[in-house]
Parts: sequence; structure tokens; C-alpha cells
Amino acid sequence: MNPLDLAGARPGPAFTVTFDGRQIEALPGQTVAAALWAAGITSWRTTRRTGRPRGIFCGIGVCFDCLVTVNGRPNQRACLVPVHSGDVIRTQEGTGHED
Amino acid sequence: MRTDLAVIGAGPAGLAAALAAAAYGLRVTILDAAPAPGGQFYRQPAAGLRAGRPQALHHQWRTWERLRDALAACDAEILTDHHVWAVECGFTVHALHGPGRQESAAVRAEAVLLATGGYEKVLPFPGWTLPGVVTAGGAQAMLKSALVVPGRRAVVAGTGPLLLPVATGLAAAGAEVAALVESADPKAFVRHIRALAAKAPEGAGYAARLLRHRIRFLARHTVVRAHGEHTLTGVTVAALDSGGRVRPGSERHIPCDTLAVGHGMLPHTDLAESLGCRLDGHTVRVDGEQRTDVPGVWAAGEATGIGGATLALAEGHIAGRSIAARLRSREPDPREWTAAATVRGRLRTVARGMDAVYSPPPSWTEQITDDTVVCRCEEVTAASVRRAVGELGAGDLRTVKLLTRAGMGWCQGRMCAPAVAGVAGCELTSSTRPFARPVPLGVLARQHEDTTEEGAS
Ligand SMILES: Cc1cc2nc3c(=O)[nH]c(=O)nc-3n(C[C@H](O)[C@H](O)[C@H](O)COP(=O)(O)OP(=O)(O)OC[C@H]3O[C@@H](n4cnc5c(N)ncnc54)[C@H](O)[C@@H]3O)c2cc1C
Ligand code: FES
Repeated sequence: MNPLDLAGARPGPAFTVTFDGRQIEALPGQTVAAALWAAGITSWRTTRRTGRPRGIFCGIGVCFDCLVTVNGRPNQRACLVPVHSGDVIRTQEGTGHED
Repeated sequence: MRTDLAVIGAGPAGLAAALAAAAYGLRVTILDAAPAPGGQFYRQPAAGLRAGRPQALHHQWRTWERLRDALAACDAEILTDHHVWAVECGFTVHALHGPGRQESAAVRAEAVLLATGGYEKVLPFPGWTLPGVVTAGGAQAMLKSALVVPGRRAVVAGTGPLLLPVATGLAAAGAEVAALVESADPKAFVRHIRALAAKAPEGAGYAARLLRHRIRFLARHTVVRAHGEHTLTGVTVAALDSGGRVRPGSERHIPCDTLAVGHGMLPHTDLAESLGCRLDGHTVRVDGEQRTDVPGVWAAGEATGIGGATLALAEGHIAGRSIAARLRSREPDPREWTAAATVRGRLRTVARGMDAVYSPPPSWTEQITDDTVVCRCEEVTAASVRRAVGELGAGDLRTVKLLTRAGMGWCQGRMCAPAVAGVAGCELTSSTRPFARPVPLGVLARQHEDTTEEGAS
């Protein structure tokens, strides 16, 4: 069983957002991190010093590992930010201010 | 905005306190960072997902229904999506809210209850920064609030009672759970059987669920390494001997794309510390009424010691009653909360027993290679921490931090402090942080203008 069926979820219609230019589907009520996980994506940041990939770690807004660029704004915590139709989500390189 | 009591945290502790105080006619305002009340334990699927059966992901759902209905029926005000970043003496509670958390709100109150809960402790091991490695509580939080699982095949590892609901929860939600790797020794339960007897039925329930989902339970085992280049591909687990050391030759590889890992919990104490409340080790010190040693400030739930949702409810209830009496200049009568005090006493004993059973293996630092990152934010390796101690003579956590930058990044050491202290071989001391949450500079500047204006008038 998948988690949506387990909880008897009947979410409103899915919408699309882009992640690094590719279209993915998201559900109303999801955070950016949840939408990315649901699309099978687990990393969306590279670290400042060594360029290593990162994604969710604590899942509750404490660790800042999940930083991401949403609609041009870097350093958003993907585990807290709600996803909206048409959002442009990009892998954040370093501090997100380099480009 | 003015209120009698500001409750920070809408988990079991904060909600029980708010209900008890409101029943005595106090004006109560509850602030919580989350989009809905419930805290970690009663975390709800997001409203937009319209879950018809949210209880499938919870135990003790009836208790939540009672709390939720009582909250709706009383006139306590609840401010969700409010991130409290400071509490000024006197008291003014400052919170950020709104899109991008750029707006600031201030609540003035006669009394404050800190019911801020805790967060998970994770000790490092080679590979723990790979995407796919998540905290056990984090996997649980993502599942409960967003109805998502991180991958297809998971290993749940570390130590502590939280691993059981996480492993069975992930399995119920469709992930294949290849193993639950618990470093504690089942014999330790026998040694603490008197304190833990009350936990036996719950334990039996989880044992049945592990069997039903065919989850292999590897007791007295630990994860020694997570493998993968850009994402997790598997873990190496090993057996521990009676001294808690890795048994040479016992290593085996388990392929997986998710590792949910945790080594217990740490209380959120930033606000308590900035108010000057005394701590006992890492927890806020409270008396029998849940009062801190700062007049007007109470604390309840995991902030005063890790012990589960039922203990948090009992402590919150006592705090709420005590606050109601004290704000009316009445000496509270502890007979008003005899039942809650009995539960509190019993569950604190259980919590001590759990602590004794579930402690990370003493040899965990031996597994940490020099190139293992210990501070995730600043990417400080074990080698630099060891150098700070060995060559530069650092003897305490603060000096290690200054020499290596460990704990100076975004999370302000919340994630790495136990790791850095362990690798450095020094005591884990709490680090006072100026703000409980990151604050935009603009908000701080406005705050300053407001205070100067007030001072001038
Ligand atoms: C990620 C995670 C998952 C967990 N999952 C389970 C589980 O599945 N089963 C189980 O038995 N136990 C679980 N626990 C343990 C459980 O949380 C506790 O036993 C119980 O919820 C404690 O209640 P509490 O009221 O003390 O704190 P919590 O329930 O943690 O509530 C604290 C509340 O305070 C809020 N808060 C904290 N700081 C601030 C601030 N500065 N500003 C605004 N709001 C703030 C938080 O948003 C939170 O809602 C989990 C813990 C964590 C950290
Ligand atoms: S995953 Fe830790 S802050 Fe988002």
C-alpha cells in the first residue's frame, strides 16, 4: 500500500512545478520536499565547500540540510515551504548567491 | 496583543496546559511554528491532502480527538505558522510568520509556558551525509504530514524507542524495511525490568507488527558505514560485543536507498536559556508545579526531559493548573492534580529506565574515520576536530568550535554538538544561542526602532 491510500487521502487535483527545468507533479498541501520525494528526487543542494549533494535530513526545520532555490529565492528550507502550482525549483549550488 | 498566558508549542504538553489554564478563565494564546497544532506526536496530514483515515498513521488517536475537540470548544487563541525567535523578560513573545517569515508579531503575556519539545540526536558515521540518510523522526514526520516515503527499501537504525514506530510506520506505508538495527542489548531490559514493566504490552504490540511486516530485528548491531556516491545505495552493519565494540568479521552489507537513523532526543532549550532558566544537564529544570526558576516562566513536556507524549500531557496539565492559580495570586493545591502527578512520577521512572537501556554503544567514535564530516553545515571533518584537540590543545566544546567552525553554521550546532563533543572527547555543554530561530535583519532593525520609540515616549 502507498501512504496516500493508507491514510485514505483524496487530495485535490495535482499540479505541475519544475525542478531543474524538468516537470514534476505535486499535490496540494505538500511541501517542496514532499513533492520532490514523491517524484523520486532525494537531493537538491550541493554544499558550499566540497560541492556534495544533500537533501532532507531532520525533516522538521532544524538542520538546514534541505536548502533549495524556489522562484529565484535561495536558502528556502524545502521541508517547511509549501509548494505552489508553477513553482520553479532549482538545485541550490553553494550559497545560492553565486549565479 | 495582550494575553494572560503565552504557550509556546502546540504539542501534547502545550495543549494540555492551555486547556487546563483556559478552564480556569485565563486568556491563553498558543504559538506554534507548524501549520497545525499537534506537535510531533499528533502531527497531521496537511489539510490539502484531505486524509480520510489519518489515524492509520497514529496510535492513541482517541486522545488526539479529545484534545482537538476541547481546543475547539475553549477560547484559547491559537497562532499557527508562528516561529518564536525570542522571549523578552516581562514578557513579550516575538514570532515570525507569513510568507517567507518576514512578518513579525509580538504577544505580551503575564506568564509563559515553554512547551517546545525536542529534536532528534544523530551520531555520525562514514557516509551519513549522503542523500537518502534521514533522521528516523524526520522520516516519520514526512510520512505523517506529507504522506510520502523517501525510497523503496529502508533500513532503520540507531537506538531508542522511536525506531519501532518508524520501522512499522514505513512498512505499513509500503516501503520494504530490510532491517531494524538497534544497538541496545536486550539483556539490559531484563536488568531494568521493574522500571520498564509498564512498557511490555506496547513492546509486544511492536514485536507483532515487526513480524507481520517481516522486518528483521538486529539487536546489538550498529551501522558502521553508509555507501553511495551521490545517493545512498546500501549500509554496512556489524554486531556489537558485550562491551559495545564492533565484533571483527561480523560486518555485512544490506542494499537500501533509505537509512532512517536516530540515537535518542535532545530537548529544545534555547528560549529557556535566553530567559535565564536554570538547566539540569540538557533539560530545563522545573519544580513539582513545572515552574522554572525564573518567576513567571513554566516548562513542560520534552523540554524538561525526554519521556513521550503521555508524560508531556501530564506535565502540561499540572503546569496549566499551577499557572491559573498563581496568576490569580492563589497558592495552588497539588491535590487538584493528583492523578496527573501519579502518571508523571511513573513515567519519569520509565524514562530513566529507557535512558539506561537505550544508550549509543560506547565505541561509536572509533568508527568515525578522519574524513567523516561531523559538522554537516560547515563540513568540518573528524580530522580537524581531532587536530584541534591533539595539536592545538582544545579542551572544551567552545574552544573546539572556535578553532574548527564546527557548530557555527546554519543550524547553530543543534545537529553536530553531540558528535563534536564525542569525537573531541569533551563534555557536551549547551551552547547559548542569541535567537531560537534565524531572524531577517530587517525585522531586527524594525524591532530596534520600535523599542527606541517606546523608550522616547
Ligand atoms: C521528528 C520527531 C518525530 C517523532 N515521532 C514520534 C512518533 O512517531 N511516536 C512517538 O511516540 N513519539 C514521537 N516523537 C516524540 C514525541 O514528539 C514526543 O514524545 C511528544 O510529542 C512530546 O510532546 P511535547 O509537547 O513535549 O513536544 P512536541 O510534540 O515536540 O511539540 C513541541 C511544539 O513546539 C513547537 N516549537 C518548538 N520551538 C518553537 C519555536 N521556537 N517557535 C514556535 N514553535 C515552536 C514545535 O513546532 C512543536 O509543535 C517524535 C519526535 C520528533 C522530534
Ligand atoms: S530537513 Fe532539516 S531543515 Fe529541512
